[in-house]
Order: sequence, then structure tokens, then C-alpha cells
Amino acid sequence: MSDATTPVLELRNVSKVYTIRQGLFAERKSLRAIDDVSLKVERGGVLGLVGESGCGKSTLAKILLGLETPTTGEVLIDGEPVGAQDRRKLARRIQPIFQDPYSSLNPRKSIADIISLPLRVHGIGDAASQDKAVREILDIVGLPARVMNSYPSQMSGGQRQRVAIARALIMKPEIVICDEPTSALDVSVQSQILNLLGELRREFGLTYLFISHNLAVVEHLATRVAVMYLGRIVEEASVAGLFDHARHPYSQALLESVLTPDPALGVPDTQLGAAYPNPIAPPSGCHFHPRCPKALPQCSSVAPRPLTTADGRIECHLFDEEKAEPATA
Amino acid sequence: MTETRDPILSVRNLTLDIPVGGGTLHAVRGIDFDLARGETLCIVGESGSGKSLTSLAIMGLLAPRIERRADRLEFDGVDLLKAGPRKMRSLRGNRMSMIFQEPMTSLNPAYTIGDQLTEALLLHRNVGKKAARDRAVELLEKVGITAAASRLGQFPHQLSGGLRQRVMIAMALMCEPELIIADEPTTALDVTIQAQILRLLVDLQREMNVAMILITHDLGVVARVADKVAVMYAGELVETGPAGAVFGQPTHPYTRGLLRCIPVPGKTERGAELGTIPGIVPSLVGDVSGCPFRTRCEEAVAACRGAIPLRHRSDDAHAFRCVHETGMATAEVSA
Ligand SMILES: Nc1ncnc2c1ncn2[C@@H]1O[C@H](COP(=O)(O)OP(=O)(O)O)[C@@H](O)[C@H]1O
Ligand SMILES: Nc1ncnc2c1ncn2[C@@H]1O[C@H](COP(=O)(O)OP(=O)(O)O)[C@@H](O)[C@H]1O
Ligand SMILES: [Mg+2]
Ligand SMILES: [Mg+2]
Repeated sequence: MSDATTPVLELRNVSKVYTIRQGLFAERKSLRAIDDVSLKVERGGVLGLVGESGCGKSTLAKILLGLETPTTGEVLIDGEPVGAQDRRKLARRIQPIFQDPYSSLNPRKSIADIISLPLRVHGIGDAASQDKAVREILDIVGLPARVMNSYPSQMSGGQRQRVAIARALIMKPEIVICDEPTSALDVSVQSQILNLLGELRREFGLTYLFISHNLAVVEHLATRVAVMYLGRIVEEASVAGLFDHARHPYSQALLESVLTPDPALGVPDTQLGAAYPNPIAPPSGCHFHPRCPKALPQCSSVAPRPLTTADGRIECHLFDEEKAEPATA
Repeated sequence: MTETRDPILSVRNLTLDIPVGGGTLHAVRGIDFDLARGETLCIVGESGSGKSLTSLAIMGLLAPRIERRADRLEFDGVDLLKAGPRKMRSLRGNRMSMIFQEPMTSLNPAYTIGDQLTEALLLHRNVGKKAARDRAVELLEKVGITAAASRLGQFPHQLSGGLRQRVMIAMALMCEPELIIADEPTTALDVTIQAQILRLLVDLQREMNVAMILITHDLGVVARVADKVAVMYAGELVETGPAGAVFGQPTHPYTRGLLRCIPVPGKTERGAELGTIPGIVPSLVGDVSGCPFRTRCEEAVAACRGAIPLRHRSDDAHAFRCVHETGMATAEVSA
């Protein structure tokens, strides 16, 4: 049912609502972590997902991996709804690289066991070839072969992150969900990992969802970018479209915060006065209006509707007029 | 490094040794720098290079088993090598203060923001509770915290990460210190909050003419904030100088390598191969000699195992440690 034009990854109107209770006797409240998100990722593409902490990036990653079920909406891989796919088959197609490797590495297993586990679970190769594969992937992620017999607690944070990356890549998956994969790494290691992810993508036609708070890294690696704010995608565009001509005021503020290594420039003033809002009580109208330097009167009362642009989508009242004249594509 | 006139902090040949299972870890070796009032020095280097230990050594907060030696470690004429625990306590939080990466670990969860803000002032200065509270409110407002008076009764866990870091900054400023050491103060924060916090630090530092050491692994932060830069690798300062010079003419192979590793928007071609520094940091346990970077250096030659000269670029304040006159082996051949 899939063909060359079917997106390898698709979300249709996905929402995730958590019910939480702050304190023992407090009433239950709902927290909309993901709010009506629709996205498509084409085969071999890299969708960068950016936004401040708490906006819902990791929740989206978990939904794609089948670790969380969406409250409403559906996720499709190669055109097939995820719920209908065999979980073991799904695991060979889609693999995660998480932000915090410490909590995801079994402290009682050796590094060699941790990395080769997916191979053993799926019965790929014999002991000798698994050992060889582990050595190769260790070399690729910049770890010496002697760590094979070490345990996670004996490694630095950076080394543990490399183990987590090795474990995901050893399966040569189709889709890799990278949630801040290089955030704990030193820049000299980060660049090796970014080069590696780029190489693997070109060589095997891999598809990535790439979550990072480092916008320069996203610009470097992604083909398309989605900007998230309080669970909603407020702008989605090609890399050139977003990084050269960001349109949403929030996208613009994020880009202004990037500190390029230019000693002639000082620290920018992003004009994002107020703090990130409480997700349990999101601001009325456009969620971004209390921090928006360009807010219009209607922004505090009316939620903007998603508009299709030549290059993607945007949700902002500043662009309402464009709705009358649909973008040429 | 060349002498700074009238430095408030002067460090010469600072060396830190840590006894470990297999011998001695030579974590910091022969560090020199000077810092004047109103100046910001950024120490940049990868994790484990010795940045935090260097700052703890200055503040007198090293674990007792770590051996600290130096030819000079002076803060405004006070010899810190001779200062006992009492003397150090009277300096810390008073004339010199520190801001850590994770405020949750340095703020006490059991005490209110107000108690923690006023503690140092009540300890070091002859002021009453009311005056201390007023000062706390004044500083919370200064660091951009709204409804400052009502925050005094709150506990650290009731604040967001960005707000806690602002409280840490306010706390560091309570006694109008002359030296602030900020160790990765924005590493755990969002880029938007990072920009706000850095702006705040830089503005306050200028306004109060404080000397600041800002430790980071982020070259973007360094470029935007530093007057002077010190690039640290495996316990040594391999290149030091004014920010414009170090970024304009990076000379040590490690500095040049680091700058090639990061994608720079508008400069690096999107998707192009990034520079890398293959290999891993050497073990610093046991006998450490020669250039610590030689095992990963493209320019390495046999002489790198021996003594490494300190060299200066045309700008005298810009120094680097390398056997090659220009930091490059190839340039020498053609010269
Ligand atoms: N299991 C959960 N239960 C309740 N709330 C959650 C849960 N997981 C995430 N959240 C909330 O959902 C929002 C989005 O979180 P997350 O996806 O982790 O954001 P990000 O990865 O962008 O930092 C946050 O407000 C977070 O507190
Ligand atoms: N208390 C300690 N005991 C043993 N080793 C330590 C201790 N503190 C730091 N080290 C080691 O000293 C080196 C420098 O550490 P640190 O100054 O924390 O580095 P940085 O702040 O640059 O990441 C590292 O190799 C670290 O493992
Ligand atoms: Mg996350
Ligand atoms: Mg440190």
C-alpha cells in the first residue's frame, strides 16, 4: 500500500492529553502535551523539531515509537497505522536515540551486551559476527574496544550517550527518532556523530526525526523544520525557508537566540519578556501572545488557524490575509 | 600569558593532583592567567579538561585529598595559598562568589529563597534583617524577577529552571563581590533563556565593574561574552588571548580543530561534512609530559613529546603552547 510518494512517517491530527494531579487532594487537571499535530516526513528526509523544553517534543517522539498512545489522531509508518503493525517489526524499522542515556542503559549489563541486545533479540548473526558488529559500531561512535567489558556506571556521560547511539544504529533501522542525541556530547564528538548520521542517511536512505535545542545543529542536518510551542506546530517549512526567512515571531525569536561564534556581536535581546507559560493553563487565543513582540488585538482572544504556505504551514494572525489568496505551489 | 596591569586575580603555575587508584591524576597542570576588574575571562574546553577544578581551586572548595600547588594564587593582594579555611569563608559569598550550572544542587531545598539570599549578607556584613531583605528584593528585581517580594517566601522547587538561575545570580551579587566565577551557568537552560541570562550577567558585570570568569564548553557563548579567552585541553591552557584575536586567528591546532567542528549558520554549508578531532583525551594518570594534544593532532611531530614552548602571536597578549612557530607544521616547511 506504500509507494514512492507515501510519506515514510505521518501524523494525522495527533493529540496527547495527560491527566495530572498537583498534590494529594487537588482536583485532576488535563495537560494537552500534543495539540492537533499533523506532519509528514518523506523517505530520506530529516525533520528537525525545535522548541523550548516542555513544549512536547519528547512526547511526540514517544508516540512515534509506540511508547505512548495518542489520545486522538493516528500515526502512520509507510502508510500503515502504527497500531496495526507487529511491535517487533516496528522495532526493526524505527529506533530511538534518547536524551538521557543513563536511565535507558541497564546498569547490570556490560556495554557489549547492551549494544548487541537488539541483534540477539532479533537473531541476527552468530556470536562472532555480533562481536564484530559491536566493535565496528564502537569505533564509529568513538569508543575504544576495551569498553566492551565495562558497565554504564564506569563511563562518563558522554561515553554513555555514545553507547546509546551505538545501540540504536547497530540495527540499521529505517527511521531514527533522535531526541537531543548530541546534547551531552563535546563538540568534537558531536561533529563525528552528526557526520555519521549524515553518512548513514545518504548511504541507507534513513529517515530522521531530529529533536535538538541547538538550532545550528538542526539547520545543518535537517531538510525540513517544525517549530513547536505548547504542543502545537506553529510553523513548518524547508530548512532554507525557516532559517533564511522565518515568518512566525516565535521562530524568529528562537533564531535570534542562536549564539554564533562571532566576537564582534554581543548577546542578543530576544524580547521574549515573559517566561514560558504553564501548560495546564495555556494562554487564551494564540498561546504565544503574552510573549509576542508583534501581537495584534485579536491574538489574545482568537486562536489562529493553520495556513498553508508555498513552503509549508504557519499558524499566526499576522498572515491571515494570505488565506484569501492561496499560496502558489 | 602576559602580565595584566593591576590584576584582581593572578594565577601562576596552578597545578592540581588527585590521588586515584592507579597513582596520581594530574588533572590541572601549570595554568597561568590574570584578570582585571571589569574583565570577563572565558575558560572553554571539553568535559573533563579541568575547568571546574580550576574554579574550585580558586574558591578554596577542593576536596581535601586534592593537592593544590601554585607559584602564585592571589586575589586582590590576598595570598590564597596561605589563606586558611576561616579566611576563605570570609571571602566566599562576600568578595568572591560562584554561580553553578545546576541551581537545584546549590540551592538548599529546605530553605526559602529569602533565607538563602540574605544568609551571606547577614553573615559577612553588619546589617539587620530588614536591610538584608530590602537588598534581596532589590536584587531579585535587578535580575528580572517579577513580584520579587512575594518570591522571598517561596522554595526553590516552586521556581522554573530559568528563575532559579536568576536567583543564583542574585545570590552571587548580594554582597557586591569583586570576582564572580560562573561555571556553565546557562548550559541547562533553553537557548531563549540562555540569551536572557547571559545578557543579564554581562550587563550587571559591566555596571558593577566585577571581574568574571565564565566557564563554558560553548564557543558561541565565549565569542559573545568574553574579553579574554583561555582554551583548555586535558588540564592545560593551550591558547589564551583577547576574544577577537583567538577567534580571528585561532592558532593552536586544538582551537582550530574545535572551531571546525561546529556548524556556523551562514558560514558552514548545510549538510557538509563537519571537521572532527579523532581520537580520545589521553589518560592523565601517571607520568604526563609533552603536549597533551599530540595523540589527536594533525600537526604532531616527534618534538611534541618534549618540552612545549609558550609562543606569542603578533598581538603579545595572544599566546599558545606548540612546538610549531605558527601552530602548523606545513607553514614551517614553506617558510
Ligand atoms: N507522563 C506524563 N504525565 C504528565 N505530564 C507529562 C508526561 N510526560 C510529559 N508531560 C508534560 O507534557 C509536556 C511536554 O513534555 P515533553 O514532551 O517532555 O517536552 P519536551 O521534550 O519538549 O521538553 C510538559 O508539560 C510535561 O510536563
Ligand atoms: N573529586 C575528584 N576525584 C577524582 N577525579 C576528579 C575529581 N574531580 C574531578 N576529577 C577529574 O578531574 C578531571 C577534570 O575535571 P573537571 O574540572 O570537573 O572538568 P570540567 O569541568 O572541565 O568538565 C576529570 O578527569 C575528572 O574526572
Ligand atoms: Mg524532551
Ligand atoms: Mg565542569
